[in-house]
Amino acid sequence: MFKALRMENDACTGCHQCEMMCSYGKVGAFNPAKSVMNISVFKGGAANIPSTCTQCEEAWCMVVCPVEAITVNSVTGAKEISDEVCVGCKVCTIACPFGAINYDADSGIVTKCDLCGGEPMCVEACPTPALAYVAEGSTGYEKMRSYAAAMIDLDDSPVQ
Amino acid sequence: MGWTGKILRVDLGAGSCASEPLNMEWAQAYMGQRGLATKYLIEETDPKVDPLSPENKMIFATGPLTGTIAPTSGRWSVVCKGPLTGAIACSNSGGFFGAELKNAGWDMIIFEGRSAGPVYLDISNDEAELKDASDLWGKSVWETETTLIQRRGDNDARVASIGLAGENGVLYAAVVNDMDRAAGRSGVGAVMGSKNLKAVVVRGTVGVTVKDPMAMMKTSNSAKEILAENAVTGEGLPTHGTQVLMNVINEIGALPTRNGHEVQFEGAHNISAEAMAEPRDSDGQANLVSNHACFGCPISCARRSKIDPSHFTVKDKPGYQIVGGGLEYEAAWALGAATGVDDLDALTYANFVCNEQGLDPISLGSTLGAAMDLYAAGSISSSDTDGIELEFGNTEAFVAMVEATARGEGFGKEIGQGSKRMCDKYGHPEFSMTVKSQEFPAYDPRGIQGMGLTYATSNRGACHLRSYTVSSEILGIPEKTDPLVTEGKAGLVKAFQDATAAVDSSGTCVFTTFALSGEDIAPMVAAACEGDWSVERFVEVGERIWNMERQYNIAAGFTGADDTLPERLLKDAAKSGSAEGAVNRLDEMLPEYYELRGWDVTGVPTAETLGRLGL
Repeated sequence: MFKALRMENDACTGCHQCEMMCSYGKVGAFNPAKSVMNISVFKGGAANIPSTCTQCEEAWCMVVCPVEAITVNSVTGAKEISDEVCVGCKVCTIACPFGAINYDADSGIVTKCDLCGGEPMCVEACPTPALAYVAEGSTGYEKMRSYAAAMIDLDDSPVQ
Repeated sequence: MGWTGKILRVDLGAGSCASEPLNMEWAQAYMGQRGLATKYLIEETDPKVDPLSPENKMIFATGPLTGTIAPTSGRWSVVCKGPLTGAIACSNSGGFFGAELKNAGWDMIIFEGRSAGPVYLDISNDEAELKDASDLWGKSVWETETTLIQRRGDNDARVASIGLAGENGVLYAAVVNDMDRAAGRSGVGAVMGSKNLKAVVVRGTVGVTVKDPMAMMKTSNSAKEILAENAVTGEGLPTHGTQVLMNVINEIGALPTRNGHEVQFEGAHNISAEAMAEPRDSDGQANLVSNHACFGCPISCARRSKIDPSHFTVKDKPGYQIVGGGLEYEAAWALGAATGVDDLDALTYANFVCNEQGLDPISLGSTLGAAMDLYAAGSISSSDTDGIELEFGNTEAFVAMVEATARGEGFGKEIGQGSKRMCDKYGHPEFSMTVKSQEFPAYDPRGIQGMGLTYATSNRGACHLRSYTVSSEILGIPEKTDPLVTEGKAGLVKAFQDATAAVDSSGTCVFTTFALSGEDIAPMVAAACEGDWSVERFVEVGERIWNMERQYNIAAGFTGADDTLPERLLKDAAKSGSAEGAVNRLDEMLPEYYELRGWDVTGVPTAETLGRLGL
């Protein structure tokens, strides 16, 4: 089974360490504008939401690419862009439902998360539990459980 | 590398912007931010200049670690001659603006002269332009920032601006960035206002590069691990913020209360970190909503707070029923203990107003405390204060006076001059809790002796962030010293002053030093920058900066006689707590301090000292 990024909104403090490390991996400079992991800040900083590509099983970006620039890494499952093949047509940016693939005007091609070959640098950089690299089956369960726990005290319930 | 090597010079009189190379020789000697900007100021201006005249310059400065992966790399500073003190001013801020400026490719912006009309500076990477700000003049920090970000259509742009306080020349007006982070002290916002500069908006996508990226990652990761494992930076500050100190400092009897008449405040718990986290009776919500990080910071000590919507301060004001920058320890102390007010939501409201209109809450709270002292002594009456009954502990009067000061109305204009000028005017200079005309913060030097020497010798007027000996005297970091003892404090203060000057100049946050030492920070500078950045050299740069600032102040007219404390701390004994019966014994520490500094008995650096430091 592949691993996936798990993002916990509640734990994120909005420090942008992930963006710095990600951009370093992508462009060789600490430059949050070039990061493919993005922190969106809401409620005056009380809500910080990390987001990036979730590596869809059936990836629409890959399906629509007219030049087959996006391929699956057989080790990590990441959908990776070939810089040489991409022609910068941006169709994938329209196809992605999450806005997780974006055009970079400086390089003339699109850019997205490639899981850093299986060692995501954003996870290494994160000083909180907000980012983790876990078995892909477990990305949502804990989150569902925490939302459920907000409504019912699970510790008191007979069945766990 | 580390440095971008570029300075943006903005001539406000001519309306022009120009790029010039950073003086790399100075960068090696003064590192960045506080040190390097002060060097530029000294070389380019007369220390006797009127701080609010066009001849004063104002520098926005980043450090070599600003915008890098180094933990707490979001720091930047505003450097100029301070109008509150007449001394060197360097006010340090966090948030995101500094890193954005660095990402746009600039180490510093030097503002000179005065614009004929209100302007703001618009920066996109290497393009910079002054634009008309007539429509923004008279607007708050919050309105200005929101308007400029909307105007650019880019949520990632960052803004530093002044509110009404900076426009009106409040002598402790702040420059506020990212809605509630402030270059707060010494009145740098009034200097910005005097130049008719309303705001700077910046978007940077160039990126920050370092000399040795692998060493940068390695040293930063190691520093982050130490910060995470440390009880203060890994637990206390993230959970409680700086407000973790309120009950601790009150308990030992070092919380200056009601303008320093007492050292313990009976309402301390009501305005503490613990109180911020308690659900209110009224709406079941806590004042504290969450913590928040500045750029690159794993500590995350900032508070996000929300006032009870039914509280009298915000009941009919939806604009304040928001999640905003909450109380930090110094603000909670100044607005609360110094005035005797213990209504948490009222203090949070006052803090919001400080963020909104750009005021330093330390000087504001302390000046309000002094005004209450004048009121209690009968030196002013309600006929002076527009009918406001300015008694210690009167919450409604406190709130009304905060609003009047922010808007520059009535007696608020007197409050806006700071406690020194106000107390002089009303015949009680001894009521002013200031050093070099700047209000001292939340640690009473009768109960923490080292802080007396810290305040007395701070180059920017009374300040805790120039040598935070509380760390040693109360928290036991790096080693415990007795707060009631003066022996050894001269050396302690000197060591903290030099190390802090170096840390500030690197572009990282002084809060890291609860866990990190020069052994951890210097290697990050070495990874980012060309040159020799051994621990010894790192600290030497700090000492050089301290002496340079001292030289500036001497040239501005200060003497050793200004290295003193308010009489109340030297003559009136603490009434309770661990220091009951004690005063601050500055005279036991100051001569030794001068000697350790290599200064003569009048507090002037000797030729030998200046030569040793290359000054």
